[in-house]
Amino acid sequence: MRVVDRRTQVSRRGFLKGGSAATAGLVVLSVSSGMITGPTGAWAISVVNLQTATMQTLIQMARDIYPHDRLADRFYAAAVAGYDEQAGSDPAVKEMIESGVADLDGLAEARHARRYAEVGWEAERVALLREIEEGALFRTLRSGLVVGLYNNPEVWPKFGYEGASAEQGGYLERGFDDIDWV
Amino acid sequence: MSAPYDLNDDSVVVVIGSGAGGGTLGTELALKGIDTVVLEAGGRHEIEDFSNDEWGMFGQISWLDMRTTSGNWRVARDFPNLPAWIVKAVGGSTVHWAGASLRFQEHEFKDLSVYGEVAGANLLDWPIALSDLEPYYDKAEDRMGVTRTHDIPGLPGNNNFKVMKAGADKLGYRRCSTGRMAINSRPRHDRAACQQIGFCFQGCKSAAKWSTLYAEIPKGEATGKLEVRAQAQVLRIEHDDTGKVTGVVYADAEGNQQRQKARIVCVAGNSIESPRLLLNSASSLFPDGLANSSGQVGKNYMRHMTGSVYAIFDRPVNMYRGTTMAGIIEDEAGYDPSRGFVGGYEMETLSLGLPFMAAFLDPGAWGREFTSAMEGYDRMAGMWLVGEDMPQESNAVALHPTERDQYGLPVPNVHFDDHPNDIAMRDHAYRQGAAIYDAVGAVRTFPTPPYPSTHNLGTNRMSERSRDGVVNRWGQAHDVANLFVSDGSQFTTGGAENPTLTIVALALRQADYIAEQMQSGVL
Ligand SMILES: Cc1cc2nc3c(=O)[nH]c(=O)nc-3n(C[C@H](O)[C@H](O)[C@H](O)COP(=O)(O)OP(=O)(O)OC[C@H]3O[C@@H](n4cnc5c(N)ncnc54)[C@H](O)[C@@H]3O)c2cc1C
Ligand code: SF4
Repeated sequence: MRVVDRRTQVSRRGFLKGGSAATAGLVVLSVSSGMITGPTGAWAISVVNLQTATMQTLIQMARDIYPHDRLADRFYAAAVAGYDEQAGSDPAVKEMIESGVADLDGLAEARHARRYAEVGWEAERVALLREIEEGALFRTLRSGLVVGLYNNPEVWPKFGYEGASAEQGGYLERGFDDIDWV
Repeated sequence: MSAPYDLNDDSVVVVIGSGAGGGTLGTELALKGIDTVVLEAGGRHEIEDFSNDEWGMFGQISWLDMRTTSGNWRVARDFPNLPAWIVKAVGGSTVHWAGASLRFQEHEFKDLSVYGEVAGANLLDWPIALSDLEPYYDKAEDRMGVTRTHDIPGLPGNNNFKVMKAGADKLGYRRCSTGRMAINSRPRHDRAACQQIGFCFQGCKSAAKWSTLYAEIPKGEATGKLEVRAQAQVLRIEHDDTGKVTGVVYADAEGNQQRQKARIVCVAGNSIESPRLLLNSASSLFPDGLANSSGQVGKNYMRHMTGSVYAIFDRPVNMYRGTTMAGIIEDEAGYDPSRGFVGGYEMETLSLGLPFMAAFLDPGAWGREFTSAMEGYDRMAGMWLVGEDMPQESNAVALHPTERDQYGLPVPNVHFDDHPNDIAMRDHAYRQGAAIYDAVGAVRTFPTPPYPSTHNLGTNRMSERSRDGVVNRWGQAHDVANLFVSDGSQFTTGGAENPTLTIVALALRQADYIAEQMQSGVL
């Protein structure tokens, strides 16, 4: 039966909306003022309205909420990058995010003597997230990610999903009934 | 050629809503030569406007006006402002529907007589029997091109179906097929055959699937007797001193209010908006809402017992390829109280694309338990469980005490508590669904909770006696002779079957009655 090729198809450097990178467990990003760059330098996002470290934390939270080892960091960065713009146009959003991240970092400092984004094990970070999952930051981030992460056509091949098919004549001649093991 | 009618023309029949009920009724009246105006709240989006994009289409044509929820159903927690998935566009929910087209079983018109009193349930027999509807079922199936009727072959089975069928065979189920679908398995009635595109819920790009948008309304318009006025949201129905309805007030595309006069008004806004409209049309003559002397308007809201089972296998399935719902097991649909509940249920193939799967597999879930399931997407098979739920008087569409919509009208609140019978049936269906997949080697199964309601029923129910319900055996209001209800809100009880074929059959029957009453001068 016809299966979907999951390999990453493109590789180019650029500001997000493009690019590619290897996968990582703990998000290893280079964070300079106003800019977050992927570990191999393959992508970058600029951060204007939030603190740069805050955006780094959001990206780590995104991966910890929906961890897919097959997905590169840039997909998580792309899914949360829009909060910087929202923070610029809505002070309440900015306050919700900055204070939510500060609370999370406070919990991390108390347990592990370091910021959330620097806590080493996913299980330890997830335990911290469990403590804030009823809060505004977590709820906003999680529900936004459902669309922001999974509605990105670039991630679909990684899950074996092919997306739109009408343009290709549907699946009538492309394997709608090609299962070969039942 | 569409006929434009004057706002002051009081000889027209006004139909509110252009979905399964309204679109069919309006077209059928026009075919009989009756001047008909269909007022539709949504816009007109033709096939060219459809895209194979789940969130895109959802955003483009869903009914997203403010609604609230209450009750112990899980939808109230997961989707507090989206109790139902209903389309706001010409064609109504038949743009998004999957096409499963089943007749009610004989006993499902006689629940109270057959099941007896069920504690907490407001059961009632329909004032009509299967035999009353049979000729109209036949006509509806022909019109909609339902497979396995009228010598139309069944659809071919896709990957998702083949997994279901293998499991059904292992469990000894005998009534498993690609079902009766209002989807062309070969070209028919000027519409193409199914291309197995797999986006039935997003609007069928090949027009293989029946929808009032392109399979009915254009035929009505071609008679010159039908005007479909899009972006016309009816706000209230008006009446004279004698209690006869005289017309409706609607908001046009610019938000301006217009008054369309009418000889007869037929309400087909689906089971949340139809009762809301009657309640919002309260007057000094009808203080509890139009046609509500029984107090049953908005009550007995039903949504079918639903749930889904998804299963992950060790090998690829690619369930998303091909027709979304062409697969059914009917063995559990009958009446067999030894299972611990009354009523029955169907198991039907179902697949969601990756974006919707993320939102609906287990709403609110996160972490590796969830993401490992998503990573099995291409190895997943899925089925939807749909069965008869119990009408309860307290399950109701009511006007919200404080929230107002863009026109200043109270928004609807949808209250729903699962009945113990619904829960027992769902548990049974989850077990059987998982067993089907386990029999073919599933490595993990998921009892997925109900989605926002796609089958909304019962809120203006049909009854023999005027004190038990809102409309009579023709869908005519007990209280107001020239007011009809023409959608699924007429259902006295819900049956186990997907409701649309029955809605269409009732609309065709109602059209005959209205024409006859007009001809004889009664209306
Ligand atoms: C994703 C999905 C899949 C489905 N699959 C199936 C299936 O396989 N089989 C099946 O039998 N059923 C299925 N259904 C259900 C089916 O679509 C409905 O049962 C059917 O369309 C209901 O018909 P209706 O006439 O009551 O309402 P609708 O078809 O929803 O039409 C109501 C129309 O009225 C309009 N309206 C509402 N209020 C007003 C107002 N005040 N003024 C003007 N216009 C108004 C709405 O905008 C809408 O266009 C599915 C539904 C969905 C969403
Ligand atoms: S699978 Fe068939 S019915 Fe469904 S959208 Fe595609 S062509 Fe239409």
